[in-house]
Amino acid sequence: MPRIVVDVMLKPEILDPQGKAIVGALPRLGFTAFSAVRQGKRFELYVDGEVTEEILAQAREAAATMLSNPVIEDVVNVEVVAD
Amino acid sequence: MTETPLIGGAVQTPVDSRLAGARIGVVTFPGTLDDRDAARAVRVSGATAVELWHGDSSLSDVDAVIIPGGFSYGDYLRAGAISRFAPLMGKIVDAATSNAKLPVLGICNGFQILTEAHLLPGSMIKNDHLLFLCRDQVLRVENNTSSWTNAYALGEEITVPLKNQDGQYIADEKTLDALEAEGRVAFRYVGSNPNGSRRDIAGITNAAGNVVGLMPHPEHAVEHGYGPAHTGTDGRGFFTSVLNTLLGDK
Repeated sequence: MPRIVVDVMLKPEILDPQGKAIVGALPRLGFTAFSAVRQGKRFELYVDGEVTEEILAQAREAAATMLSNPVIEDVVNVEVVAD
Repeated sequence: MTETPLIGGAVQTPVDSRLAGARIGVVTFPGTLDDRDAARAVRVSGATAVELWHGDSSLSDVDAVIIPGGFSYGDYLRAGAISRFAPLMGKIVDAATSNAKLPVLGICNGFQILTEAHLLPGSMIKNDHLLFLCRDQVLRVENNTSSWTNAYALGEEITVPLKNQDGQYIADEKTLDALEAEGRVAFRYVGSNPNGSRRDIAGITNAAGNVVGLMPHPEHAVEHGYGPAHTGTDGRGFFTSVLNTLLGDK
């Protein structure tokens, strides 16, 4: 079933306390290569049948109006995944 | 309906019999926690509390609305993000932005819902320390002209409970500057900032002064013996403020 993947991240200027906690914990497991972590959200919108331009436009609209809050977040990716 | 005091003799009888005619709606969403306390605060203040359900299509002729705290829709997606699209929210947004200027108070999750609904600017993100924090919090009143703050003195310090994990108020610098310039910062945290909120902001009002949102909980501080220690009733001013507004006294 084709799906549309939407990725949402906190805006770069907004501190991500969860990401900070994760980057603080990584070295405890020996992962020392990472200087920062930012945590985002991934949504998968499933579509019955073909993903038309209209459906993709709806997904973009949903991403901008509901899946993200433009005050704090950016929609960084909207793409169709067929598998 | 007269409220039974939890601790002997603490509940005042209304000084103004017109108060009982004031109908204050309290909205319940799936996951709301503090609707009963909010309704009780309304009754303790002498007005009539009206239960509203998020799926209702009518505001039941209420004179004002309180959106109480809790975890509506489990805070799924973002705190308040799904509640914003509830049928009743459309009615509340329309009434709050119409000429009628319906007074609306959002407390904690209610504040988050009001920002998601764009009735108030900015947003709340996780506390900077990531922890759920519950403590008595001192606030300074910085606006005493809104529908929900006119019973307080400007600069008055009040103590009410604070309890949340997503309480860090943020907005861009331009929005923060505008809020300050227009006197729309309603409450600021006094003492250590509990969550990293920009400019110590605890609560704000819209330009018209009828919509107020804040993270701390005035409805938990309306009765002697139950609110924070020193008086326990500092939150009552929110409810007397809106009654002042509705009765045309302020």
